[in-house]
Amino acid sequence: MPSHPKLANEFVKDKERAKWHDQSLWFVRSKRDKAVHQLPEWELLREQASKIKSYVVSHLPDLLEEFEKNAKAKGVHVHWARDAKEHNEIVHSILKQHQVKRVVKSKSMLTEECHLNPYLERHGIEIVDTDLGEWIVQLQDKPPSHIVMPAIHIKKEEIGELFHEKLGTEKGASDPQYLTESARQRLRQKFIEADAGITGVNFAIADTGGFVVCTNEGNADLGTSLNKLHIACMGIEKLIPRASDLSVFLRLLARSATGQPITTYSSHFHGPAPDSELHIVLLDNGRSEIADSDEFRRSLNCIRCGACMNTCPVYRRSGGYSYSNTVPGPIGSILGAAHDTKANSSLPFACSLCASCTDVCPVKIDLHHQLLTWRKEIRLKGLLPLSKRLSMKMMSWMMQAPRLYQFVGKMARKIVPYLPRFLVYNPFNAWGKQRELPDMPKQSFREWMKQNHDRK
Amino acid sequence: MAPQVGLFIPCYVDQLYPQVGIASLKILEHFGIDVEYPESQTCCGQPMANTGCTNEVVPLAKRFLEIFKSYDAVVCPSGSCVSMVKHHYDEYFSENKEYDELKAKTYELCDYLTSVLEIKTLAGRFPHKVGLHQSCHGLRELRLASSSELVKEPFGPARELLESIEGLEVTQLQRADECCGFGGTFAVAEEAVSCMMGEDRVHDHEQAGTEVLTALDMSCLMHLDGIIRRQKKPIRVMHISEIFAECL
Repeated sequence: MPSHPKLANEFVKDKERAKWHDQSLWFVRSKRDKAVHQLPEWELLREQASKIKSYVVSHLPDLLEEFEKNAKAKGVHVHWARDAKEHNEIVHSILKQHQVKRVVKSKSMLTEECHLNPYLERHGIEIVDTDLGEWIVQLQDKPPSHIVMPAIHIKKEEIGELFHEKLGTEKGASDPQYLTESARQRLRQKFIEADAGITGVNFAIADTGGFVVCTNEGNADLGTSLNKLHIACMGIEKLIPRASDLSVFLRLLARSATGQPITTYSSHFHGPAPDSELHIVLLDNGRSEIADSDEFRRSLNCIRCGACMNTCPVYRRSGGYSYSNTVPGPIGSILGAAHDTKANSSLPFACSLCASCTDVCPVKIDLHHQLLTWRKEIRLKGLLPLSKRLSMKMMSWMMQAPRLYQFVGKMARKIVPYLPRFLVYNPFNAWGKQRELPDMPKQSFREWMKQNHDRK
Repeated sequence: MAPQVGLFIPCYVDQLYPQVGIASLKILEHFGIDVEYPESQTCCGQPMANTGCTNEVVPLAKRFLEIFKSYDAVVCPSGSCVSMVKHHYDEYFSENKEYDELKAKTYELCDYLTSVLEIKTLAGRFPHKVGLHQSCHGLRELRLASSSELVKEPFGPARELLESIEGLEVTQLQRADECCGFGGTFAVAEEAVSCMMGEDRVHDHEQAGTEVLTALDMSCLMHLDGIIRRQKKPIRVMHISEIFAECL
């Protein structure tokens, strides 16, 4: 897998696009700031949410059993999947049982994580993503580049072109109103033709056995009301203990994600509709392993609002695809490293440790500390590139010997100013590509002290 | 008797920016502090720690404790290096009383001036538009000012000190506290993103009319200055201690 710096470099090369991407996401971050500052109790809400989620993660088995019992009592079929493969097989078997040929799906990062779409397509089932952004990337045959705004990286002119090619809209059209209306017409048709609806789950409630799906387009409701089979796919960490906890999260989620007070639709599902079937697939896929780790357990608090991506100065300038992981950005770098450390070993380093993600996170995950901890793990596992390992070893060695350190410093100050520019600014000097090196002073602070200030 | 302060000068400041060390010393002595610069100090180990090379930090952390433990306070003109000592040394010292004491008595320079010496205003004149770059580690690890993500009463003692100087105007940025993109080894390993971040910071200061760009950390300024000089922008870079020292 290409490393983050390599892919980021490609993205930044198109400077205008990188700038536009950064500004679009900063706009969302600014909207978020306005929305959260309307709530004087914001920090209290974060604290409360963090406590609830930490409780959930440390009581997962009990709460899952409680959820299963209560959901079954409501007539819901509950399935358990150990990994992505099992998840897809379960979904497929349910669809097969009902002889389903067409499925409409509301956006779900979990099914992205499992690569459910290509799996079902291989088995002859048509699956359509009904969230507008997600549908756009599906038409491009690409994954989402952001977990809340899957097509945030695509310009409206490009969507116009895509729609012209795939939906036959007017050539050169880029009016959002026109394009959205065209998509809406086509999606309506898909909703009507579908035999089953698949949704994700934002919050599953242990003490009621119900769950909540949040969308802005109402597509989850359309997809599940128009036909008689609803399959909900959720990661086991999506639980909350009580229905009364829900208000905390509904207030945090949309404000953090898009700066809205609440998502347009927060749809509650408590058992199947009359003459319908409701299935829920609970997926582990490495989550229980994370729950067992003292260092990374808190990453399971994540409610997938995407605020850490919007605020991350690296994500904003390198784009979602530079992470090569279903979930990009700070939280994605943590989850990606947990899922496959070797393949994702550059991700915890795609971070300047500015800690903005930690301060923006509505459930108070200490994201930048966990990224730092991942760097240690990567070093321990021998996955740190030799160049970094060696340079750090040499630097440590030098810094343990004050005389050597002083000597090296002195030599650099003496020699560098006399070097011809091409020797200093060469292709091996990444610092000097776009930046000047500091001017070398005549003496170090230590030398100055000796001459001017020594009292000993 | 004035408390004895151990002056902690980060390695790269010692080697590349001696004037920041000199300014820090001058300020502390101006306020009657007995300052000593322990000569055997080198580096706190932050570059190694941030690269994940824990083993390489251990001997440096132990050296640091030995060198600085006997002072009444340790003061350093860098939020980032102070944050390393205060927040990231724990794993190298389990239940070490001397470290716990060191942690409590280590201060970033402006923090020492405002919270220990309780200095609220500075005399002198500095008739310039000054742009304050809020370095991330001082901001979000040491909490030396309020960060824009949190819903809390805004505060910023370093900014207040700057604003107390006659003729000095602090410029208003569009993104008050975004990272400059330095990030230690990040500046080299992720050169493309790092430089774009730096360029954006410089641009924000340019549009705000910044004449002198300052920060509590010389490392952020080294990166931003590198960009400013390559692009020949008319912005001068000074560490906050240099501005204070000029006003004494």
